[in-house]
Amino acid sequence: MIKFEGEHLLPGQIGHLFVIIALVASLISLISFFYASRSVDLTEKTKWINLGRASFIIHTLSVFVIFSVIFFLCFNHYYEYMYAYKHASKELEYKYLLACIWEGQEGSFLLWAIWHSVLGLFIIFNKNQETKTTWRAPVMTIVSMAQFFLMLMILGVYFFGVRIGNSPFTLTRNEIPAPIFSQPNYLTFIKDGMGLNVLLRNYWMVIHPPILFLGFASTIIPFAFAYAGLQTKKYTEWIKPVLPWALLSACVLGVGIMMGGKWAYESLSFGGYWAWDPVENASLVPWLILIAGIHTMMIFNATGYSLRASYLFVILTFVFVLYSTFLTRTGILGDTSVHAFTEAGKAINVMIGLFVLSFAIPVLSMFFIHFKKIPTIHKEEETRSREFVMFIGSFILFLSALFIIIVTSIPVYSKTPFLKDLIIYIHKGPLAMPEDAEFLYNKIMIMVAVFIGFLTAVAQYLKYKTTPKGYLIKKIKYPLIVSVILCTLIFIFYPFDYKKQGVGFLVAIYIAFFYALYAAIANAMYISLVLKNKFKNAGGSIAHIGFSLMIAGMLISGSNKKVISDSKVNGINVPMGKDPMSKKTEDPTENLTLIRQLPTRMGDYDVTYSKDSSGHEKGRKFYQLNFSKKDKATNKITEQFMLMPDVYMMKDNNMSSNPDTKSYLTKDIFTYISFAINSANNTDTAKFKEYEIGEGEKGYYRNGYFILNKVVKNPKNERYHYTDNDVALMADITFVSKDSMHYNAMPLIQADSMGIQHIDDTVYAQNLYVKFAGVSDGHKIKLGIKESDSLIDFVTVKSYVFPYINLVWLGLIIMAFGILMSMIKRSNLSPLLSSVILTLAAIGLTYMFLFANA
Amino acid sequence: MKRTHIIILIGIAVMIICLLVYSADFSTYDTVSSAQKKPGQFVHLIAKLDKNQPIAYDPINNPNYLSFYVIDSLGGKTKVVYHNSKPGDLEKSERIVLKGRMFKDYFDCKDILLKCPSKYKDDKKVLENSMKEQASSN
Repeated sequence: MIKFEGEHLLPGQIGHLFVIIALVASLISLISFFYASRSVDLTEKTKWINLGRASFIIHTLSVFVIFSVIFFLCFNHYYEYMYAYKHASKELEYKYLLACIWEGQEGSFLLWAIWHSVLGLFIIFNKNQETKTTWRAPVMTIVSMAQFFLMLMILGVYFFGVRIGNSPFTLTRNEIPAPIFSQPNYLTFIKDGMGLNVLLRNYWMVIHPPILFLGFASTIIPFAFAYAGLQTKKYTEWIKPVLPWALLSACVLGVGIMMGGKWAYESLSFGGYWAWDPVENASLVPWLILIAGIHTMMIFNATGYSLRASYLFVILTFVFVLYSTFLTRTGILGDTSVHAFTEAGKAINVMIGLFVLSFAIPVLSMFFIHFKKIPTIHKEEETRSREFVMFIGSFILFLSALFIIIVTSIPVYSKTPFLKDLIIYIHKGPLAMPEDAEFLYNKIMIMVAVFIGFLTAVAQYLKYKTTPKGYLIKKIKYPLIVSVILCTLIFIFYPFDYKKQGVGFLVAIYIAFFYALYAAIANAMYISLVLKNKFKNAGGSIAHIGFSLMIAGMLISGSNKKVISDSKVNGINVPMGKDPMSKKTEDPTENLTLIRQLPTRMGDYDVTYSKDSSGHEKGRKFYQLNFSKKDKATNKITEQFMLMPDVYMMKDNNMSSNPDTKSYLTKDIFTYISFAINSANNTDTAKFKEYEIGEGEKGYYRNGYFILNKVVKNPKNERYHYTDNDVALMADITFVSKDSMHYNAMPLIQADSMGIQHIDDTVYAQNLYVKFAGVSDGHKIKLGIKESDSLIDFVTVKSYVFPYINLVWLGLIIMAFGILMSMIKRSNLSPLLSSVILTLAAIGLTYMFLFANA
Repeated sequence: MKRTHIIILIGIAVMIICLLVYSADFSTYDTVSSAQKKPGQFVHLIAKLDKNQPIAYDPINNPNYLSFYVIDSLGGKTKVVYHNSKPGDLEKSERIVLKGRMFKDYFDCKDILLKCPSKYKDDKKVLENSMKEQASSN
């Protein structure tokens, strides 16, 4: 045995001890609450409850201790621990210390467990008499069971040679086989940890995971109540107490998902906030089902209909949360998703599978066994009733969720025995997503948007049970008139321009947009027309307004998004880049190279890459791009701003690109670096040297000579497309280097309403800039030639304009606020607490989504 | 409206969805040789970068043209043309999923998904290499 030097083994032992305590405590709590929920004898029940409560409190404390120990290890850079080595590093800024903990599987499981235990405490200490006597025991049975599984995931103990779970307290030397661990002083060799993945170094990494996991964790409460309803045979009573929980969950999960979208939009180079990536879909599906469940629960509250559907939706919400864990953490999405976790070992995969099935199978079976006993009204709903319309809406949401998850699960089918072979037999190969995967989702979801928009607009104006004839028409005609007028104006002055998928889809966009707007207006007018401005009851309407605005914003920003770095948009300034292989030019050519100090046309802007600077993190480089827009008539600069997209160059030369966005109220100009050369010093001090030269004459440069072949007026070739009405001159020059290589350059000079413009050319291989500087007397022209010592400094960028994207974020904020209002109305919070919650939520969300990065 | 009517309506909706999904023309995962058997068809090619062959990317002349060679697990090789900027970690990738069409002498790639070891710290090899670096940096 080697005696290792400098290790701090105590904290790890403490941490590991508390993992075991937490696991045992959750098991005791599970058993106690289970017996408590089944015993009829009051004293016995109280005994079990007390034991369960005590062990759950111990469990909660232990979970916090575990988290603190991990934090301690990472904070102190104790690299003898695998977790600290893998996720922390000395150069990491303090704000990312928490983020690096939930970067790993173990840390994120722990984050989930923390939220469960906090929510569990709220249930345990709930003062409501009914919750105490009826719901506490069965609900806590479910919560404790989830905790038991989560603790298993981070246990890291061997049973019969199989490691159950991955402990966050394993030692580096036990995990990695490397020669340095044969030396007692191995710690002196480990200079620094691997640190937080640079792709994740963003403030959203600090805030998005906790919120999303609170969203995930909170879906267990409605699930547990549904179980409680079945277990206690009080089939109907659980709906009322669970509604505020379900609303809270919908609010937090919705915000969490869109935070992910905002993160992707701000800092990842996907070029958007939503890409129908399997990981995104996996979190959207439970939200959609939960929203369906909330609506059916409201129906039940008002009319007694839809109880069975409520059970099913609430149960499936949590089941799909677990399923999303399975999708994202087992590595099964490997070839289809950009940001899934990789698999952490077979044993963990099996455990995650068991985790999903242990909740799904028993509770779903209970639901089907008790199905007949769950009260239902046999008389069918009136068509002209609110409950009917709400139920149809919920059902459409549920079907759309099923559709999304069925398509997202394609990689799972290819790993299922028999099904896999069947697919290969029918499809003649392993099933993969179609060429345009996004469109597959979009074309279905746009129909969903149309129906949901229509139903959202109409539902509020219908009464429960039945609506008198004429009432609906009388009330709904005002919002209809307003939206038709507004929509017509928008469509005339700001038409959608999305021709990629054909006319049919464009028409669908128009229809969906109309209904989204109609739904927003109808709900807004409902507050004044029907509720007479009683805002206390307007939570639902406000949430609907927000949701509809969000959809409207998505439709506008998605269909009128423009690539301004597109060479087609830029016309002459960029070589069209004909594909040397296929000679085709219709390929998307969305990248534009900006040579330093050389203004380049991009959409309405002249963009100049002026300089680069390094950030305070090692390997981070910012590129300053100056955008300016000139008024065509007066030639005055009307708009000017600067963007600083950056690139992270990692130790192993991996690059990560973070966009920068200029946000206006009505549009965003979104730009990121799609390629940059990785060289530290790239300063160019060379100057232009001027030559006067006539056609057919020769000139000399350092590395050879050049010939001016000819001067072409208004050239028409693969690069320039001038007509006879233009005033442009192009010099056709051949450079011949000493090693007798020939290079062609075609600089150009152009006169138009903007004045004189130079379109310079480069001979990259010879480090030459060539400028057509002007015309001199006697059929000679002036050429400027610059010979650089270093590589030409340039960046390649991609740039988009997103119009009205703020509508998406604004809609989300309004929706979250409305759901919270609705929650508060249904829970017995004090007015003071309610207003504090609402104010904080409003300020926090507005700041995060609209101002933090603007 | 009767419940049966609703069920019929929803049945029709589901059928429309099925038709739309079916019309989406799902693709397949292929090797170089199986992709060559269906030229012009959209496929997912799983391969890795052939490091013995050059990567051509000259962003000053054309930022939208990248070409490189890949080799699959069966030894099939092909040239790949990608009309986009070069992904920063192409050279470091261990596995590439290429989405596009196979033509006579090259693969016309629409989208690239790279699997890079550095993104995945849980990979055993990555950890071992990182430890080797630690030891050698002294």
